[in-house]
Amino acid sequence: MAKRVGIEVSLAIAEAAKLARADVVAAYPITPQTHIVEHLAKLVADGEMDTQYIPVESEHSAMSACLGASAAGARTFTATAGQGLELMHEVMYVASSMQLPVVMTVVNRALSAPLSVWGDHSDVMAVRDTGWIQIFAENGQETVDNVLCAFRIGEDRRVLLPVMIHLDGFYLSHVIEPVLFPEQSQVDKFIPPYQHPMPLHPDRPVTMGAFGPPIIYAETKKAQEVNLEASKEVILQCWDEFGKTFKRYYSPVESYHSEKAKVLLLTMGSFGETAMTAIDKMRGEGREVGLIRLRLWRPFPFKEIRQAVKNAEALIVLDRALSFGGPGGPVCSEIKAALYGEDKKPKVIGFVGGLGGRDITPAGFEEIINRGIEISQKGSENEFEIFGVRE
Amino acid sequence: MTKPEGELTWRDLEIGSIVTEAGNASQYQTGDWRSERPIFDNNKCIKCGLCYIFCPEGCIGQNAEGYFDADLFYCKGCGICARECWPKAISMVPEEE
Repeated sequence: MAKRVGIEVSLAIAEAAKLARADVVAAYPITPQTHIVEHLAKLVADGEMDTQYIPVESEHSAMSACLGASAAGARTFTATAGQGLELMHEVMYVASSMQLPVVMTVVNRALSAPLSVWGDHSDVMAVRDTGWIQIFAENGQETVDNVLCAFRIGEDRRVLLPVMIHLDGFYLSHVIEPVLFPEQSQVDKFIPPYQHPMPLHPDRPVTMGAFGPPIIYAETKKAQEVNLEASKEVILQCWDEFGKTFKRYYSPVESYHSEKAKVLLLTMGSFGETAMTAIDKMRGEGREVGLIRLRLWRPFPFKEIRQAVKNAEALIVLDRALSFGGPGGPVCSEIKAALYGEDKKPKVIGFVGGLGGRDITPAGFEEIINRGIEISQKGSENEFEIFGVRE
Repeated sequence: MTKPEGELTWRDLEIGSIVTEAGNASQYQTGDWRSERPIFDNNKCIKCGLCYIFCPEGCIGQNAEGYFDADLFYCKGCGICARECWPKAISMVPEEE
């Protein structure tokens, strides 16, 4: 039987890595990820977790150590946040292009300067194109469930890709939540042992990350792109299997009262829960509004997004990151790109908000929706606004 | 590798572009980087072997008569052999000549 435990989400993530029997953890502490690696270190030191814990001198080394471990055939886990993720940046491309299924929780944090330890999605968006599978979690349970799924998806022979699970710094990482933990035997059954088909081994030498001259580089990138695209099928199968086993169901795009809604709001991560409260209130007042939550960020769920929003008149996208000098929020610009060729599509209105830990309350979401409707009626949706900024 | 690199499609690549065959760097033609090639004048050559020692590519070999020549499949045309050859037996000529 599954156990229901009141636990801080960071600690729950470490427990999930333990349940998944991670062989190697290489990590460097950084707020707001610290509690995850602290708890992992404790579990290993107390002999509760049979894992090689590698303390490293930086995130760059953390990811590099993870690559080596994964290449040798070890199930590998790490976690980071904000600046730490940026320091890993170049090594992350190596993980995906060498097809090493490292699992990493990213406790989303704003980037300096000014120094901010609080949450937003600036760190995630900067690693958007690193070729990792990326999933956003909305609450602690989703985080734990998707850490388990991440090992199964990433290590699948048809995939062999690293996976990032994103959770909002403090909003999720430091909250104490009731979390259902499956039995060890259930997890063992759900996640088969990791077997890289060609690991580093003296008996069968291989070269990983070799030199790729112009004559072959484009082919390697095409193979990588096709592989990441194809991983979606395996992700869907995994979530389906997870649902059958544990009775919690996940999909790339979640719709909340969106079927007949004229106006839709789109959020990612923990803001979805607050937004739902706002949607409930507005629907109670007879407003035709609904919510779309984007869970799967890479590979991008084009089909599901198009399907979810096609009947709406206006789609209001809230980004928690800013693409400076660009089209506003990166999520909004991708949604616009996904819908551009569609015959039937809503007007897309972009907002950037919740930067560097700035809260958006249910009343705030209501304001965003009302302002979005106003913008769509004026036809000035090519501009974006930073919500709540003092002029 | 079963096919030459230039004929491999993206479907032919191993997982993560892993190289499974040892020593296949020898298939890489660095000779096409060359803009000048070394010409060896055996009338001036004293068979000292300095060109062989200094060649950073390791592509200069000695023939049965004791003279030296460069393997143009690998020679990048750097000209170090010509510079180090004090009897001036090696000259660099542009590829188009």
